[in-house]
Amino acid sequence: MTETLLTIEGLTKAYPGVVANDNVSFTIHEGEVHALLGENGAGKSTLVKMIYGLVKPDSGTMTLRGAPYTPSEPRAARAAGVAMVFQHFSLFDALNVAENIALGMENPPAMRDLAARIREVSETYGLPIDPYRTVGDLSAGERQRVEIIRCLLQDPRLLIMDEPTSVLTPQEVEILFQTLRKLTAEGVAILYISHKLEEIRALCDQATILRLGKNVGTCVPAETTAREMAEMMVGSAFQAPERAPRELGDVALDITGLSVKSPSEFGTSLRNLHLTLRAGEILGLGGVAGNGQDELLAALSGELRSDPDSIKLKGQPIGRLGPNARRQLGLLTAPEERLGHAAAPDMSLTENAALTGAQREGLVSNGFLKWGKARDFAEAVIARFDVRTPGPGTAARALSGGNLQKFVIGREVMQRPEVLVVNQPTWGVDASAAAAIRQALLDLAGQGTAVLVISQDLDELMEISDRFGALNEGRLSDIRPAQDLSVDEIGLMMGGAHGMEVAHV
Amino acid sequence: MDFSSINPILLLASLMVMATPLLLAATGELVVEKAGVLNLGVEGMMITGAICGFAIAVNTGSPILGLFAAAAGGAALSLLFAILTQFALANQVASGLSLTLFGLGLSALIGQGYQGIKPPPFPRLEIPLLSDIPVLGPILFRHDIVVYFGIALVVAVWWVLKNTRAGLVLRAVGENHDAAHALGYKVVRIRILAIMFGGACAGLGGAYISLIRVPQWTEGMTAGIGWIALALVVFASWKPWRVMLGAYLFGGVTVIQLNLQAAGVAIPVEYLAMSPYLITILVLVIMSADKSSAPASLGRSFHASQ
Repeated sequence: MTETLLTIEGLTKAYPGVVANDNVSFTIHEGEVHALLGENGAGKSTLVKMIYGLVKPDSGTMTLRGAPYTPSEPRAARAAGVAMVFQHFSLFDALNVAENIALGMENPPAMRDLAARIREVSETYGLPIDPYRTVGDLSAGERQRVEIIRCLLQDPRLLIMDEPTSVLTPQEVEILFQTLRKLTAEGVAILYISHKLEEIRALCDQATILRLGKNVGTCVPAETTAREMAEMMVGSAFQAPERAPRELGDVALDITGLSVKSPSEFGTSLRNLHLTLRAGEILGLGGVAGNGQDELLAALSGELRSDPDSIKLKGQPIGRLGPNARRQLGLLTAPEERLGHAAAPDMSLTENAALTGAQREGLVSNGFLKWGKARDFAEAVIARFDVRTPGPGTAARALSGGNLQKFVIGREVMQRPEVLVVNQPTWGVDASAAAAIRQALLDLAGQGTAVLVISQDLDELMEISDRFGALNEGRLSDIRPAQDLSVDEIGLMMGGAHGMEVAHV
Repeated sequence: MDFSSINPILLLASLMVMATPLLLAATGELVVEKAGVLNLGVEGMMITGAICGFAIAVNTGSPILGLFAAAAGGAALSLLFAILTQFALANQVASGLSLTLFGLGLSALIGQGYQGIKPPPFPRLEIPLLSDIPVLGPILFRHDIVVYFGIALVVAVWWVLKNTRAGLVLRAVGENHDAAHALGYKVVRIRILAIMFGGACAGLGGAYISLIRVPQWTEGMTAGIGWIALALVVFASWKPWRVMLGAYLFGGVTVIQLNLQAAGVAIPVEYLAMSPYLITILVLVIMSADKSSAPASLGRSFHASQ
């Protein structure tokens, strides 16, 4: 066994009302890929924030290479050789690549030298990138390269990666893994957080599993099945969604030559999309984030208007109609962003239920709201989808991500849509809640609703969809039956490796 | 009408004087906004700086000391805004507006005994040799030191923002404060320093009016320059050079319209008086048609929760 790099003993951190980490201990060796597993809210983020110096532990000790390690701020952590690739929030859109990287370094060299070093490191590790490009123009995969290069330039001993593959195509994931394996061969340890159990089985040497802030076990991922790991995370037998055989009906949604210009500067415009969706069918649309998913949802919900004939609902052109008119006709949507798009954060669940359910549930009469009926509707959603909340008067913001997601999806499902469009229905939702949401979508399709699922989680799409297509730079690939697709084919549909290449050394 | 009374050399020279208060205040506000803070209290900080500088200059007899006092006064008032918005997480728009109202009232209170007094004269810098050049000499090289300071400030702000680490960190904080915090930068501290810098610049700009341009004290004598400075920053797309251009344009049109008024042009005075505001904004709107946008975190409160 190689030398111990980092030892964590009895780390505890409590926030008001919740113990995020309770007496967590584990050890990372040099050159090891160590997975940190757990559902949302299990305390993974808090734990890595403590290692990176963003959060101070209440008690417990950390030892790095034999010396006590108490980073007071990220700067100290970086100086000690700990680097972190964040899940979000850590790049500056308006700055260029070199400037972004300089911000993550202690003593950056002059810009010109830095640019040269960025080129050098990026070539060595197969992550080519132009130092002078503006980060806002980069694809998700390229942005992640920027983060990784930023870490590599500091010669880290421990690299923390928080959900690094959620934005990558399978080909890009394979290249990332090769880069990581090259790093571990040089003795760098990697602490790897992911929900994707198959990836962890392929990459990681050791895994520590957290549940409700406690360390509930370790395993060697290569020798454990994904199902066993999922059950350790959830703490109970895990129920996978079941799909019942169903009959396909008439064409419910017909998209012909849909082109929409993105309203945002860094967005992706839709280019000439064609698809048909039949009643009772689930169509899965994959693709790396930022390839037109948000725009497609907006075009279908009515937030973006298009040619009248490019979107037809049961033969009726609806391209010019607004969201309320479309809801009335039975086209319902649930966007990706829970707080701020799907739900108004500071409004209660009753108010949020009334916001989208007003027409179809008859919650409005003559311009007056029927609060009693709206509350009943919210309570029905809460009961049927097992939303854990004190009651319908709670503000949406106060719910955990998984619970709010169950609510916003349930709210649409309960309105008996003709066509339901969801974007990232289980993003950041733990395994059991995700299974419940997928089951609800399957059941809905079983009742004859046409369902369009836009997601970056390929396992999810393969699990529930009948046919699969991928968005790439605003274009839609051919749509093919999901059952006989291989991972390679899916990757190519998603646009391949986006110019990434394998490490050169 | 008598255009012969308009002396083009004098006109261009007074253009630089006219533009300087606006240039100072707008450059300060540009730095504040680059750090992601929207301080609408520029007018209040200017007028406070004007009276602080005036009072100290009168009492000590030193106009230079007055300028320092003006910067300190503006910065002190902006500190109030900083505490409200950075620690109490108050709304920046409301805090900024109330800062302006507060500054106008405070300056009127301090200025009670100073009406009608003449401040000590400000030394004019006659640069040897250069000031003797015909035409260019009187236009460019016979001004007080603050005019040159204003130009130097724009150059310095541009250079620091573009080429130094401090400038990069400042821009990063204004662009995405969560990311900057995650990388370990002190968002609140950086913003407070930027706010105080903006306050000092605004105070200096105010004192330039009360000590050098007018020079005397009257209530509300900044007359909306602070608001123009705010608009200037936006329409200049947060670029120092465009701020300078806008400030000189504003100064230029102001001087011309004053001269035209004196020459008795047959255009109603009201139209002439509104022309500098109109023309400056029009030109900058046309220029800002390119895609450069505001700092992404502008006006958003930051709290390091978790």
